[in-house]
Amino acid sequence: MTARDTLLELDQVALHFGGLAAISDLSMTVHPGEVLAVIGPNGAGKTSMLNLVTRVFDATRGRILFKGQDIAALPRARIAHLGIARTFQNIELFDAASVLDNLLLGRHRFGAGAWWQQVLRTSALTRAEEAHREKVEEIIEFLELSAWRNARVAGLPYGVRKIVELGRALCSEPDVLFLDEPASGLNPEETRDLAFWIDDIRSDLGITVVMIEHDMALVGAVADRVICMAQGRVLAQGTAAQVQAHPDVIAAYLGT
Amino acid sequence: MRYDYHTRYRHGFALLRHRSDWIAYGLLALVLLAIPLFASTYLVGELGYVLILCVASMGLMVLTGFTGQVSLGHASFVAIGAYAHAWLMAQGVPFALSMPLAGLIAAAAGLVVGIPAIRVSGLYLAMVTLAFAIVVEQIIGMWRGVTGGFMGMLVETPRLMGYSLGAPRVFYYVCLFVAALVLLALANLMRSGIGRAFTGVRDSEAAAFSLGIEVNRVKIYAFGLSAGITGLAGALMAHHIGYLTPDAFTLLLSLDLVLMVVIGGIGSLRGAILGAVLISLLPNAVSALKALLPESVARQSGLEIFVAGLVLALFVLFEPTGLNGRWLKLRLLVETFPLYRRDTFRRQKAYMKSERNR
Ligand SMILES: Nc1ncnc2c1ncn2[C@@H]1O[C@H](COP(=O)(O)OP(=O)(O)OP(=O)(O)O)[C@@H](O)[C@H]1O
Ligand SMILES: [Mg+2]
Repeated sequence: MTARDTLLELDQVALHFGGLAAISDLSMTVHPGEVLAVIGPNGAGKTSMLNLVTRVFDATRGRILFKGQDIAALPRARIAHLGIARTFQNIELFDAASVLDNLLLGRHRFGAGAWWQQVLRTSALTRAEEAHREKVEEIIEFLELSAWRNARVAGLPYGVRKIVELGRALCSEPDVLFLDEPASGLNPEETRDLAFWIDDIRSDLGITVVMIEHDMALVGAVADRVICMAQGRVLAQGTAAQVQAHPDVIAAYLGT
Repeated sequence: MRYDYHTRYRHGFALLRHRSDWIAYGLLALVLLAIPLFASTYLVGELGYVLILCVASMGLMVLTGFTGQVSLGHASFVAIGAYAHAWLMAQGVPFALSMPLAGLIAAAAGLVVGIPAIRVSGLYLAMVTLAFAIVVEQIIGMWRGVTGGFMGMLVETPRLMGYSLGAPRVFYYVCLFVAALVLLALANLMRSGIGRAFTGVRDSEAAAFSLGIEVNRVKIYAFGLSAGITGLAGALMAHHIGYLTPDAFTLLLSLDLVLMVVIGGIGSLRGAILGAVLISLLPNAVSALKALLPESVARQSGLEIFVAGLVLALFVLFEPTGLNGRWLKLRLLVETFPLYRRDTFRRQKAYMKSERNR
């Protein structure tokens, strides 16, 4: 495999919380253009892996390479500017703001004009805001959020909030999108929509997707490749069927 | 009923979107401009003071309402603005230059206070800002060469191109001008990228980081901006008081500002103004009320503070969105009459209560 086939690489990464090793000696690669699913029992370290990539936590050891650049020591706010977007397991939206403002915040990395332009609301700034708005409207249309455009996030049903969070991540036009349990709390119909969207995100928008997910039906439907984690390391990887049939994986889920 | 039909995005951006908005705000502007022509000098002076508090309240709203950082020490920025302005004018700096400079000096102090906000929040931040205010009060008392210490310092009459702006009727217009300017600048800022970044930091730091917002820098900037605007209010306040002493800028003023922001409605400039109007008129209302009360009650000391506390408690209990929330409901009632349903806002509340399951 050549370097060009690797978008993101974790190289012998470890993360310790005091004495507890949430991640130990984890190595994995993300290839451009794929939908990669990460599965594993509770506490396997899936969210911790994502938090390492997005610099919420400092890795105790190891390298994290994005497009060949080591990002393991970058400031946390730089990550989005590289083209890495994410959602959160427990939904982190801007609750008091409207759906529109949440999505516009997704555009933050593309800039919003100098401060004095914002104070004076110059015509150049209005044009820039219109351009952001246009992109946001594309995402609203894509995710069928138009009914909620001006609603305050705090008043929205759970399923809609999850989609708004996905939309906000898409508004930042990332190269790779991490989804932390996108289907948890969704009803079967919403989950089916999600499967189509993830497929479109990869095929139409050209965004690589890494999805942490427990719902094996969804994983089987959309993932090109599956990695199973347990106790902070990779247990098995391959197609959904291969991983599910792997004896170590079965053992990990049965808790033996 | 009224629906928003926008054929271009920029129509949706406008501050005043409907003809009724233009009429309402136009009338308000006319009334504000005309007040000195018929009101008594005392009333004009008091209203000028209300406008000054509106500016200070908007300053704190930027920090607490939009960025979610508490401050129990904002009176110190009022004081810094007031003393800086009075001192600069005493050195011969012209009024029109001294005002913005005083704002900048207060902003610089705000940036310094903002640095601990990176590490602490909530109650701890409240304590840090409170401590800062106490230190500032002490410094003002000690630094006799500049501030006149506890003896105080006289503020020179404001002049613009040779004309005196000192008379209450004229100074009222100065206050109105500054308040309108600050309102417009902040309204523009808060609906643009910087305002969105502020609310982002307030509502979820984790998400703000993940979108590339420099959370720490935003907090410091918010402190600087907030302190700068509050300092501007302080510069105006210097002229309103005429003679500066440290006891004009105590914890009570800081608490009043917090009351304005909370009662007005967190996260709204309209709320900041409504809150400032209510809180600054409260003492007058209480003294008017005293005449009606039985003498044994009216003679109790601390009646003003009691009423202020009562109003705050009632708002927190029954109208957490503040005066601004009440205003929005009233407006919807008028617009949709007779279709308004009492529960229009209730569903949202129910969701908010169950929102987080972690
Ligand atoms: N901030 C933290 N401080 C201390 N320990 C932590 C922290 N975050 C995670 N852990 C621990 O690290 C381990 C891995 O947690 P992680 O959240 O990554 O699991 P997960 O695979 O995402 O599980 P789930 O499927 O439940 O979301 C757990 O034992 C957890 O208790
Ligand atoms: Mg997790």
